[in-house]
Amino acid sequence: MAKTPILSAKDVEIQFSLRGRKLTAIRKCSLDLYEGETLAIVGESGSGKSVFTKSFVGMLDANGSITGGSITYNGQDISKFKTEKEWLDIRGKKIAMVMQDPMTSLNPLKKIGKQIQESIELHQGLKGEEAKKEALEMLKKVGIPDPERRYNQYPHEFSGGMRQRVVIAIAVACRPQILICDEPTTALDVTIQAQILDLIRNLQSELHMTVIYITHDLGVVANVADRVAVMYAGQIIEFGLVNEIFYDAWHPYTWALLSALPQLGVKGEELPSIEGTPPNLFNTIQGDAFAPRNKQALAIDFVKEPPFFSISETHQAKTWYLDPRAPKIEQPEAIRRLREKMRARG
Amino acid sequence: MFKYTVKRLLQSVVTVLIVVTIVFLLLRLLPTDYYFTEDQLMKLSDEQRHDQLQAAGLLDPMPTQLFRFYGQLLRGDFGQSRRIQNGVNVTALIADKFAISMKLGIISLGISLVVGVTIGIIQARHKDRIADHIGTAYTIFVNAVPPLVSYSLILIFGSLVLGLPSMYSTRNPGPSSILPIVCLSMGSIAYYALWTRRYMIDEINKDYIKLARVKGLSTKSIMVRHVLRNAFVPLAQYIPASLMLTISGSLLVERFFSVPGMGPLLTDSINRYDTSVVQALVILYSGLSILGVFFGDILMMIVDPRIKLADKGGAR
Repeated sequence: MAKTPILSAKDVEIQFSLRGRKLTAIRKCSLDLYEGETLAIVGESGSGKSVFTKSFVGMLDANGSITGGSITYNGQDISKFKTEKEWLDIRGKKIAMVMQDPMTSLNPLKKIGKQIQESIELHQGLKGEEAKKEALEMLKKVGIPDPERRYNQYPHEFSGGMRQRVVIAIAVACRPQILICDEPTTALDVTIQAQILDLIRNLQSELHMTVIYITHDLGVVANVADRVAVMYAGQIIEFGLVNEIFYDAWHPYTWALLSALPQLGVKGEELPSIEGTPPNLFNTIQGDAFAPRNKQALAIDFVKEPPFFSISETHQAKTWYLDPRAPKIEQPEAIRRLREKMRARG
Repeated sequence: MFKYTVKRLLQSVVTVLIVVTIVFLLLRLLPTDYYFTEDQLMKLSDEQRHDQLQAAGLLDPMPTQLFRFYGQLLRGDFGQSRRIQNGVNVTALIADKFAISMKLGIISLGISLVVGVTIGIIQARHKDRIADHIGTAYTIFVNAVPPLVSYSLILIFGSLVLGLPSMYSTRNPGPSSILPIVCLSMGSIAYYALWTRRYMIDEINKDYIKLARVKGLSTKSIMVRHVLRNAFVPLAQYIPASLMLTISGSLLVERFFSVPGMGPLLTDSINRYDTSVVQALVILYSGLSILGVFFGDILMMIVDPRIKLADKGGAR
């Protein structure tokens, strides 16, 4: 893994104005992305995973804007981009995105092939027959049989999984450096999910892409990710290598998430769930955002926001538990069970 | 697709036939007095009238009359006008008038499409900003103000300020058509602007537009290549019908500017009980609207690949 990140977000703050009120969706969130890795961003709905990554391609909704921090890519601070023209050099060309719902992501009135071709003509400077050839090549690459015939079909003639393949073909047609997959398998059924994940993985190694997955499916994370970042209430609260997060997590929110995994449930016992609701992002949040839902919260959690503490070179968590002055807190039963399971398996 | 077209065409013919029959039978319920002009009614004796009706076949049994009428229709013979222009062939009577109505209608339709769709695009692109509000204000004005009031305003402004002729004249058709065309277009511009705006905004908010944006397309090409094209589909359906119905002219506008077109003809012929003219007009209008809907459906099938209609099995 290279030491210098290809994309580096520092203290990013994103606000939305809703009916005259300011909602802070991302609160000083930092993230480094290294070349060739697969990073998974997990967190519950509304934690800001999508919004955060959308800001990497300038796709925030019209009422949202980056109000602080910086996003450095290729030596440029893309968070300061104002015009569409600046974005057009990056969006789709260097950083591409696959969106959640393949059923609605394609133009229903345009031929599949033409939609891929549009992307190719735009970014690779090919025209006409050449572009068509490349589009057919892409269709083949994403595993669509009989590309010649499929080229001339319309989205309604494709199944959900096939459409997602087309969406992926469009995204990678211009050989982006970074591919952001925003819940790419959520709308698909389970058997197709695995195929799509495989496809993305193969394309990643073939085209040397860096991939960011946004998901709330920890199964997907375990399957594909090198590194994991856990988000809560607009912040990344813990990040590390996939093993470190799954087997040696330290943030209480990560614990809660992992304990709720159905695979860890003990027969006869009720599966743990996280009580309470995430904080209202219209308000200013004091201390650790998760404290009100954390039964073992420390007094300081309600007063002061914790900094990041390093657990290893690659693993950091934003919790007071790791402060040397904090009372000794054991990782919960479920996390230890998970680790033992893993050891037993070798 | 061919099979479907033929099937729809046959259905249309059947519908027209039913309309024709109903109209014919209803008009036969009128007292026979109306087959004579006012003059004739005064002068002719009962016997003379009876003889004339007998000679014209109007006292034959109904089925005989009906089939004779079908025969005439097939030959394109719509009978003669009796009360509007005694003895003149209905076809000739209509032919004179519809040319004028249709000319004004097509020009105004062209203008409304171009101007209306353009306004709609501008409104959609600048949604909730000043241009959008101006467009909406126009649409509301046109729909809320009674047409006679707005026509009067146009007439006053056009004739007093711009010095345009306020009456249509066959000797000077160019300049004297301007005000009627403006009045005709005013409403349909609002209509096309309203629907273009609405359909475009619908499309802009769809997911595939986000994908197009994330693909790296500029806003301009997204608007042209994706939004406008897709928004036009639901609009396209109504264009053939509007085009065909330009023939019927506008009662209000043509009365207002004394355009000798088709608009006033239907009400006139009904008022004066000119049965053969009424018959011909109803057949013409119903035929045109049925054909308009038919062409609209065919056009939809061409522009929207999702619509395959009767071709089930999708083996193509």
